[in-house]
Amino acid sequence: MGEFSVIGKRLPRVDAPEKITGGAKYAADYSLPGMLWCKVLRSPYAHARILNIDTSLAERLPGVKAVITGKDFGNWTWGFMPTTRDEPPLALDTVRYMYEAVAAVAAIDEDTAEEATELIQVDYEELPGVFDPEKAMQEGAPQIHDYVKNNISVEYNWNFGDVEKAFAESYIVHEDTFRTARATHGYLEPPAALAFYDPSGSITIWPAKQSPYFHYRHLAACFKLPLSRIRVIQPFIGGGFGGTKNDSLAGDFCAVMLSKKTGKPVKFVYTQEEELTTSRRRHSMIVYNKMGVKKDGTLMAIHSRVIADGGAYTAIGPLTMYLTGFMTTLPYKLPHFKHEASRIFTNNPIGAAMRGHGITHTRFACEIQMEIIAEQLGIDPVEMRLRNVIDNPEPGSIYETINKVTLKTCGIKEAIKTVAEDPIWRDRDTMPKRDGTMAWGVGLSGTSYLSGARQLGHQSCGAIVRICEDGTVNLITGATDCGQGSDTVLCMIAAEELGVTLEDIDIKRVDTAYTPVDPGSYGSRVTVLAGQATKLAAADAKRQLLEFAAKTWGAKPEEIEIKGGIVSVRKDAEKTMPFSKLARIACYSGSGAVIIGHGYSGYGLEPLDFTAGIGNGGTSYSFTAQLAKVGVDMETGQVTVTDFLIAHDAGRPLNPIGAEGQNEGGAVQGLGQTIYEDFIMDKGKTLNPTFLDYKMPRSTDVPDIKVIDIITDDPDGPFGAKEASEGSIVSTPPAVVSAIHDATGIWFKELPITPEKIVKALKEKGE
Amino acid sequence: MKQIKMTVNGKIHELQVKPWATLLEILRDDLGLTGTKEGCGLGECGACTVIMDGKTVNSCLVLAPEADEKEIITIEGLAQGDKLHPIQEAFMEQGGLQCGFCTPGIILSTKTLLDENPKPTDEEIRRGIAGNFCRCTGYTKIFESVKAAAQKGGK
Repeated sequence: MGEFSVIGKRLPRVDAPEKITGGAKYAADYSLPGMLWCKVLRSPYAHARILNIDTSLAERLPGVKAVITGKDFGNWTWGFMPTTRDEPPLALDTVRYMYEAVAAVAAIDEDTAEEATELIQVDYEELPGVFDPEKAMQEGAPQIHDYVKNNISVEYNWNFGDVEKAFAESYIVHEDTFRTARATHGYLEPPAALAFYDPSGSITIWPAKQSPYFHYRHLAACFKLPLSRIRVIQPFIGGGFGGTKNDSLAGDFCAVMLSKKTGKPVKFVYTQEEELTTSRRRHSMIVYNKMGVKKDGTLMAIHSRVIADGGAYTAIGPLTMYLTGFMTTLPYKLPHFKHEASRIFTNNPIGAAMRGHGITHTRFACEIQMEIIAEQLGIDPVEMRLRNVIDNPEPGSIYETINKVTLKTCGIKEAIKTVAEDPIWRDRDTMPKRDGTMAWGVGLSGTSYLSGARQLGHQSCGAIVRICEDGTVNLITGATDCGQGSDTVLCMIAAEELGVTLEDIDIKRVDTAYTPVDPGSYGSRVTVLAGQATKLAAADAKRQLLEFAAKTWGAKPEEIEIKGGIVSVRKDAEKTMPFSKLARIACYSGSGAVIIGHGYSGYGLEPLDFTAGIGNGGTSYSFTAQLAKVGVDMETGQVTVTDFLIAHDAGRPLNPIGAEGQNEGGAVQGLGQTIYEDFIMDKGKTLNPTFLDYKMPRSTDVPDIKVIDIITDDPDGPFGAKEASEGSIVSTPPAVVSAIHDATGIWFKELPITPEKIVKALKEKGE
Repeated sequence: MKQIKMTVNGKIHELQVKPWATLLEILRDDLGLTGTKEGCGLGECGACTVIMDGKTVNSCLVLAPEADEKEIITIEGLAQGDKLHPIQEAFMEQGGLQCGFCTPGIILSTKTLLDENPKPTDEEIRRGIAGNFCRCTGYTKIFESVKAAAQKGGK
């Protein structure tokens, strides 16, 4: 659209200059004079009782300044909901997963701190462990927490419509079991923080957090301080993707506690091995899926039974399980569905949020099952989808699913049609399918994701727009850019709304002493909700400025416009001045005015019920159709992915270069979890805790990726925007699995599809 | 302690180092050049990539004494005052970065690649940065950045 000056332009990131010159400081780059180093001692058992901890030898080591254990935190525990606060900073009397933190040391340097941890004597009584969620659910299994029965951490049972009747009326009812990988975020920056507990009773911390306000509340609760005395100063964040950097960790609490004990600043940096063995990871899930379809391909009913390996603590699990089911009704019309979701405690590391949270597991299952049924019915995969997709609601109207999820825009039909017109799809039957040992295949998916994720609590983002007297602007929000490019988009929104250029806007990172409280960077919410707050704040500042312009010119505010940094009266060419002049006039008026605009997002007020599965988990929904072309080496089982085509309905991409980058990054992360990434576990121990053995895609592994924007202009997003950063991690696994099926004739239902699994399946098939 | 002398970004440094200290630690802790990042400390991720005598190395795997008499370039040494290096410009313009943690290493790998091969093919670009993980971008915009840098004559 030509009407925008800044929105929709391919603009460089506002943080690029610092990041390309090495000037951007991440948590591990901060230090203070007199700083001590913290190291954490971890349990060698996955499940054990702590009988005694003797720290005396460690305390006597020269250079050691303090040693702490679980007792130092009293009985304080934290968690996602008041009923699930089951995790202590350091294990108290029981360790529940391998390498759980049990003690911590502060010393003058990292080597001394590490040496001291080895001198701490811990007597354990090993307990029987349970590592398979289906075994952990059974009567008589080792119990991991006293407050629940049969290790059931979260359980939802939802029932919409009449599933049994719908199955009875279906032509085909298919039942399959799907399994998703034990995958993790794989950001390159390990968790780290520098903390200082001021003896007067306040905390300042520079932590690697993508949602610093969770951490702010945790610290206030743990150290019994008012929130006004918790100062979380946000460094640059080296990747987030949910989970660990949305939460607090042993290292964070210990660094603060050790600072309190010693009066010195304390820093910790986890090793990548600590990160990969102990941090929150994606839940691996078993999805027992049953789908009923009429002869003409009409989807009748879905019954999903999901069992998630929750690991040792609840963390954000109640939200995860809600997300596995509430979007079963998108993007295809579904009149009946039943969802049984169980999150089970095991003695594995903790399952938590990761990009595509909850939804990627069940959508993978539903997409592949729909393809299997389409194949049996002899219906083309595109046709099968087009017969079931939700139409884009007419402007002003709303589509509501059976569980009261509402859509104002839906670009799935256009997205599927767009990818189906591409030569990759069009020529799939005529392309060479076999070339030596290589078999080629093309697959397709059509999926959805939420934007503006909601939780059961504080939801609103706030923004402040402060006009400086030289016409430059400070944008202050509580939102965090952990790499997704939201700082740039928020600055673009402010510039567009004010009528100035992007260069005129400066954004600072979160400092909880000054920035408005914000839920955090998760569930594709920043552009939509912090974006709305920013737009409102800019409009508020503009309104104030226009009053000064009106006074100066004797005009009405509504007759004045600001565009490209020029203020003018629309119908009077004589009356024009630069924005900087108006700012000066406003700021110097009388004895001096303060021009500050403020705003906060107002979505997410209608009811939301996790336990019943009713209501909107997001404020709007994105839609994605994706093609994948793969080659499978029929001798070695190795998969080469050559092409991804992603048609994505982000409402309107505000910075297309950023939205493309999100789609590309999400797709490659999704590719990793489809064919490479998996933690190999043995009785709670992670056997591949390095990047050499936990295989993430490298530059030589990735396909050519093309992204096409489907524009739907959602009325509930700033300038029409919806989610752009998670949709492709949901669309990629089914597209790739379907392409592998096209190449091999085999439906793989367990991720990741490693070469071993392919070779084994080909042998069983007799190839 | 061992005495070493190395040139970092054109400046000569004489340092007393522990024999087991890594080049990465010396750069970050002794010289304050925190643009070089530690991702894994095991030579797997490439975040600590620097250029040593014209070749990229994982600075976490180079012992400080091995850097004696060597010439090192880190990310801080690429721009000339306020003037960005053409590779830096290309990464900024093409969106070849997101969180930025891998970016210093990838830019330095790109520099070595283009120094040796100013007009790399797509395949050579992929191989040229294969030692550097990026978890954010999916590499697509990085490939475009390297191509744009090559077009700028970005050695």
